[in-house]
Amino acid sequence: MVTVGCVIKTPGSSKRNKTGSWRTFKPVLDKEKCIDCNNCIIFCPDSSVNKQHEIDYDYCKGCGICAHECPSDAIEMVKE
Amino acid sequence: MTREVMTANKAVAEAARLAKPQVIPVYPITPQTTISEYLAQYVADKKIDANYVKVESEHSAISAAVGASSAGVRVFTATSSQGLMLMHEILFAAAGMRTPFVLADANRAISAPLNIWNDQQDSIAQRDAGWLQIYVENAQEALDTTLMAYKVSENSDVLLPSMVCLDGFILTHTVEPVEIPDQETVDKFLPPYVPEHAYLDPKDPMSIGNLADPDYYLEARHDMQIAMENSIEVIEKTCNEFAEIFGRKYGLIDAYKTEDAEIIFVAMGSICSTIRVIVNQLREQGEKVGLLKIRAYRPFPVEAITEVVKNCEKLAIVDKNISFGIGGALYADMKAKIDKETYGFIAGLGGRDITPEAILEMYEKTKNPVKEVTWIGLKEE
Amino acid sequence: MDIPDKNLLSPGHRGCAGCGASIAVKLALNALGENTVAISATGCLEVMTTPYPETAWEVPFIHVAFENSGAVASGVEAALRIQGKNDVNVVAFGGDGGTVDIGLQSLSGAMERGHNLTYICYDNEAYMNTGIQRSGATPFGATTTTSPQGINSFGEDKPKKDMPMIMAAHGIPYVATASVAYPEDFVNKVKKAASINGASYIHLQQPCTTGWGFDASRTIEMGRLAVETGSWILYEIENGKFNITFTPEERKPVIKYLSQQKRFRHLQEEEITKIQKYVDAQCEELGL
Repeated sequence: MVTVGCVIKTPGSSKRNKTGSWRTFKPVLDKEKCIDCNNCIIFCPDSSVNKQHEIDYDYCKGCGICAHECPSDAIEMVKE
Repeated sequence: MTREVMTANKAVAEAARLAKPQVIPVYPITPQTTISEYLAQYVADKKIDANYVKVESEHSAISAAVGASSAGVRVFTATSSQGLMLMHEILFAAAGMRTPFVLADANRAISAPLNIWNDQQDSIAQRDAGWLQIYVENAQEALDTTLMAYKVSENSDVLLPSMVCLDGFILTHTVEPVEIPDQETVDKFLPPYVPEHAYLDPKDPMSIGNLADPDYYLEARHDMQIAMENSIEVIEKTCNEFAEIFGRKYGLIDAYKTEDAEIIFVAMGSICSTIRVIVNQLREQGEKVGLLKIRAYRPFPVEAITEVVKNCEKLAIVDKNISFGIGGALYADMKAKIDKETYGFIAGLGGRDITPEAILEMYEKTKNPVKEVTWIGLKEE
Repeated sequence: MDIPDKNLLSPGHRGCAGCGASIAVKLALNALGENTVAISATGCLEVMTTPYPETAWEVPFIHVAFENSGAVASGVEAALRIQGKNDVNVVAFGGDGGTVDIGLQSLSGAMERGHNLTYICYDNEAYMNTGIQRSGATPFGATTTTSPQGINSFGEDKPKKDMPMIMAAHGIPYVATASVAYPEDFVNKVKKAASINGASYIHLQQPCTTGWGFDASRTIEMGRLAVETGSWILYEIENGKFNITFTPEERKPVIKYLSQQKRFRHLQEEEITKIQKYVDAQCEELGL
């Protein structure tokens, strides 16, 4: 059974798909070093860093943009 | 109700006005052009409260139609021939996305060679797109069918777009008296469109026109088949309701003197008027002949057709189209679904006149057949 | 830059790790807010965000086909306005293929008619969804699967189509270029475009880890290098008035940008010189 015209009536339902399983390296934040520049939030392609700079490992694909764009080297990419 | 002498194009434009579409994306093409002109004027004169989108092509006309219908409004568009061919890809999307709007097609031949005159190749070439296709015989039927098409398409058991097919020039540019129903009566018959299956509203976000992988695509297409099957009953019901309100009775098909007929002509569109005259003429000569006019080509009303032709001996199918290598499309469908001795006639392509003599020739060639498919009216070398 | 409580492009989408398009669309939607309807052309964005029965979109979304997002957006806009929904933002997204190539006609029509909508081209400079084929937006020298480097070829042999200027020629009130590496600049432009009553166009350069050949962590760095070398210039044209929105302190040589990407790695001195001259001329013309 599909909906009429395959319309999807649950916005944001992609959250069922836990893309965290794609990851081989995981970003780990050292809160001590964080200067609240928010680069990790702004540049995350997977909307996986929240306002408190907590990383949602359910979806983080481990691209490493957050670590690469962190001006204070507060994020380290650690092998899973 | 008023009565006016007008072309079928004007009748279609009047129907569109009465249906109160809110978005009209349309692009001119012969012989549809006057529909686009009438509607532009109606909008300019505030006779329709609609956004008339002056698109740059038929492809954009149908694309804007799908967008507007998905945004929750009633939509009307019209085209012809090459324009319908340019729409081809999006016709499938419109049906698959279940956008229930109405398109009037002024039937015209397809290039090459370039030809602006009538045949039905353009809409026949779209028969697998998932649209309902209704072929009309005259201007009144064009108006009435356009109104009914909305009611059928918008029915929650159907939700497929409709194509009203009217013969180019023969209907679009000739005048005849037409009854124009008044707005209040039409409003009673056709209430505003209220979409439930799909709409674009920030208060209730949904995603429309999505990717469906092999796990879902088959079901989505099967649903369209079910919707098309459902439309048979919905068309009949809608025709009955229309007859009660407006006094004109239509159906999936129209049978004329078929009860005791040995040979039955099967045809679509304006040519049915000529055939009816010939049927009467042959009847006077004692021939047992009748006419089955197919109004609904998609859905193809197999049961209704079977009932009409059950006692006849032979069928003479008139096709204003050609599926090269097999014959006319209606002929092929009849052969596939109806178990009768059947002969096909390809006639009238590119506006070649189908004369009374040509109809008589078809009758003769059905009575004393030489081959299954014959081209009628070809010039001798 | 304001950080929203809720992202309007949800995670779980199937974009590649390090996908620049996802960043751009997230930023654009967050800037526009929930009172928005989004349209997308067929391409990476549509495919990765809406595999039935899951959608990453938190706002109403529609996709119809590859070449018609301008026309679909026109229909959506016309329908919303006639219903009195004048405050709803209408934003259409298309990749470079869907915008500068196959979708150009329908987009041109939408812009010329002046629908109150914003079109954002996320330009990753080739047909990435189908596997890196060249488009009209592929830059000179880039090797793609249909403009491959070989004995008789150094890759794409024509410069990028100047799409923002084609849009500007439509006389629309707002045209801008943007880069995913300059989010504040991009977000300001999105907000400005949405606030203008009429058609607006933003052409956003979006580095693609898969198609350009660089590590997924370097998407933003690549966008920055494009701007710092003058290979991509950030400007806006507001009611006909041209304005550079970002000037690098010192323009770096293009080799610093080219050498970081697999698609340019085969280039010889001759082609690199040609590209440098081309970029210099562009910068001079636009006053960078």
